[in-house]
Amino acid sequence: MRAFRRTKGDMTFDVVNYGLMTLYALMVLYPLYFISISSISDPNAVFAGEVWLWPKDITLEGYERIFSDTLIWVGYGNTILYAAVGTAISIMLTLTAAYPLSRPDFYGRNLIMLVFVFTMFFSGGLIPTYLLVKDLGMVDTIWAMVIPNAVGVWNIIIAKTFFETSIPGELREAAFIDGCSNTRFFFKIVLPLSKPIIAVMVLFHVVGHWNGFFDALIYLNDESKYPLQLILRNILVENQVSNSAAMMMDVESYAAKQRVAELIKYGMIIVSTFPLLILYPFLQRYFVKGVMIGSIKG
Amino acid sequence: MELLLNKEKQVVVVPRKTTRRKKIMRNWELYLFVLPCLLWFIVFKYVPMYGIQLAFKQYIPTEGIWGSPWIGFQHFTRFFESYQFWTLIKNTLSLSLWAFIFTFPVPIIVALLLNQLTSERYKKFVQTVIYAPHFISTVVLVGILFVFLSPTSGIVNHLIVLFGGEPILFMARPEWFKPLYVISGLWQETGWATIIYLAALAGVSPALHEAAIMDGANKWQRIWHVDIPGIRPTIVILLILAIGNIMNIGFEKAYLMQTDLNKSASAIIPTYVYEIGLQRAQYSFAAAIGLFNSVINLIMLLLVNRIVRKLGGNSLW
Repeated sequence: MRAFRRTKGDMTFDVVNYGLMTLYALMVLYPLYFISISSISDPNAVFAGEVWLWPKDITLEGYERIFSDTLIWVGYGNTILYAAVGTAISIMLTLTAAYPLSRPDFYGRNLIMLVFVFTMFFSGGLIPTYLLVKDLGMVDTIWAMVIPNAVGVWNIIIAKTFFETSIPGELREAAFIDGCSNTRFFFKIVLPLSKPIIAVMVLFHVVGHWNGFFDALIYLNDESKYPLQLILRNILVENQVSNSAAMMMDVESYAAKQRVAELIKYGMIIVSTFPLLILYPFLQRYFVKGVMIGSIKG
Repeated sequence: MELLLNKEKQVVVVPRKTTRRKKIMRNWELYLFVLPCLLWFIVFKYVPMYGIQLAFKQYIPTEGIWGSPWIGFQHFTRFFESYQFWTLIKNTLSLSLWAFIFTFPVPIIVALLLNQLTSERYKKFVQTVIYAPHFISTVVLVGILFVFLSPTSGIVNHLIVLFGGEPILFMARPEWFKPLYVISGLWQETGWATIIYLAALAGVSPALHEAAIMDGANKWQRIWHVDIPGIRPTIVILLILAIGNIMNIGFEKAYLMQTDLNKSASAIIPTYVYEIGLQRAQYSFAAAIGLFNSVINLIMLLLVNRIVRKLGGNSLW
């Protein structure tokens, strides 16, 4: 395309386009940048609106208070536990179901697929599901966090599509002629060939658990089982910082309390979100791949 | 396969019938593979569907769902006649509609523009930046809203005061609920939503672009006459899905953004179901409202799919 001379109109288009895209990127970045600098600035300066581009009177007070609070560490620990157990369960259920459904010689695949896909369009809803989980005795246990939402139809479709397109039927036939069983074929050949899709699904599930709060909100009452996001909600949205004794013990006046509370909020956003945001650029291509595989069938 | 002689004494090949039993027996292990997942779907998806009958019953905890007495459509009539009914419908519909009007077309426009960036590296950079907010949790997003919009210390109100305005109590104002919901949604999800369109745009044949350039088309004309028709099928399918989900608005963000003061705008059907069902434990009434919502969703999806198919576009099935 180099051979063609760019017209004046196209030049203008490019200038405007670059400007717009840069502006958009800045609009996404600035709030995150502002939170970062506010979390290490003097709360009085932030409160007065003096922090714009650079941190002012750098202090780590907010982080010291956050890290001295046990509740947050408990939340972190719970989230990691739920993410690990939940992801393992989800991956196991998803892959073992998706593989047979990808096999053209699997009798009944359409019926089973219909059973799965139907739930995408109609569901029992919140209340019957809640009562079921309650009747199963899962309320206030880790199981409520990892089982009721373990499987997503979308993930099954993604995995099934992957198996269909990247495990050739000839490979299977050759293995069977050599006397390989279905089970052995799945564990020795299919799974090792499916590392990319497993990586994608692990990432999506881990992010889902890391960011999820709804299940915890409805199924957990015991504070010691709360995942990070629920604790975050109490601090960021419900404004319960001042109730947290460990964080605010030594702050005397009400005004000072409010300022420190704001500082803690900025710090909390960083502490809870940045592990993901820092890892994400390195894993970006896996995430994007996941969206693409999912959309082939869509 | 078997070789047989037909009436004219010619040899014909007849495939041996594989019986259903044989087909199943040959892959018996695969059925064991599917079993756990199938059981999960039956227990966690189909049992709750069976539990929908709660909507037509008067739930008595000691009797359970099955033992509670039937009361017909009482819960539905109670809901339709309640004073919140029209507010809820209005809030749910207008919130979804506003969210849809902005969050559907904006990613398409952004993807078309991104696709025109001449520097591949800069394009990658912008993509990396704009995908990032997708990984921020709803809780943190709403937390950021509260912190930024705080009337005393928030950066937004500092700006307003700087330009001589009065601080606005954003989170306490019903009229601000919808704009904030939509804007924060755009900030968080626009970038991520471009992925599919960018993939579709990558599939548009370069030959078409070259031909258009030969014919003297400028960039605008190429976007309009080459790119947009090229991603039309993708747009249509995502449109069907989006409209089908229009009443399926996310509970989480609306619930978190809800304050006592903005409730007249932020009370939507899902938050109401949560409030009635789980906070006040009126299970059967809440189940009825939830059912009402799911049925509307289903009807919307079927309707849109049918209309699109009539118009000769692609359809979901």
